[in-house]
Amino acid sequence: MPEVQRLQREMNRLFSGVSQPFSQDFPAINVWSGESEIVVSAELPGADPDGMEISVVGESLTLSGVRNPEALKEGENYHRQERSSGRFSRTLQLPFRVDAANVAARFEKGILHITLPRAEADKPRKISIKAE
Amino acid sequence: MKEQDLQKQTASNPVEMERTRNRKVYVPRVDIYETKESIVLLADMPGVDEGSVDIVLEKNVLAINGTVEPVSFPGHNLVYAEYDTGDYQRAFTLPEEIDQNRIEATVKNGVLRVVLQKAEKSKARKIAIKAA
Repeated sequence: MPEVQRLQREMNRLFSGVSQPFSQDFPAINVWSGESEIVVSAELPGADPDGMEISVVGESLTLSGVRNPEALKEGENYHRQERSSGRFSRTLQLPFRVDAANVAARFEKGILHITLPRAEADKPRKISIKAE
Repeated sequence: MKEQDLQKQTASNPVEMERTRNRKVYVPRVDIYETKESIVLLADMPGVDEGSVDIVLEKNVLAINGTVEPVSFPGHNLVYAEYDTGDYQRAFTLPEEIDQNRIEATVKNGVLRVVLQKAEKSKARKIAIKAA
C-alpha cells in the first residue's frame, strides 16, 4: 500500500471516533466483532498465563493477572528498566450478554485472545413475514 | 512512570536501514541487568516468537528486529482498537567486555531474553599487591 494511502487511513482512523487509539489503561485491547461472538485481544508480554483470571458476569468482562519483575540476586543490578510490572486488571462493558460457559481464551506469543459467544437468549430473533 | 507510558511507542527514528515492509515500527521496552557472569536484556515484543525475531551482531552493535504479522479473524471486523500491530526494532551498543561468541537468545510469552556472557579476560581479577 502506498504511503499516502496509509496516511489517509491513519487520519480516517484518528478522526472517525470509532476507535480511540492509545488507551491510558493497561492492557490495551482490541475488539473484533463477528456474527454471534466477539473476540477481545490484549497484548500482555511477560504475563503468566497460569495466573491470569478472566471472568464474565452478565455483560461485563474482567481480565486480571500479574507481570512479575525478574528476581535479581545479591550483587545484580539494573542498568535500564523500561518494562512495567505488577498487577493489572481491566473491566470491559460488552455489547451483549455472554454465554459464560463457552468463553474460550488463548495466550500465544504474549497476546491474549478471548472469544466471547453471545448468549442464546440474547440473540436477535428474526421475525418471518407471512404473505397474506 | 506516567500512565501514557504503559502503551507501546512508535519508533521515532527506526534503526538505520532501509525498510521494504510497509508496516509500523515500534521500539520494544527493554530491561537490562547485570549479573556477575553476564548482562541480560529483556525486551517486550508481543506477537513475536523464536522464528520471527532476528538478532544481528555487527562490530559491537546488537540489532534486534522482530516481525509481526497482522492478526485477523475471518468473518470478524475490528470494531474497537487501542493498539496496533507492527514490527519491532532496536539496537544496542555492547560494551567491550562481552564475549561475542557466547550470546544466547530465547523468546517466551512475547518477551525476548538475550544473555550476553562476559568475556573471561574482563572478569574482575584480584590484583596482588607486592610488598616493596
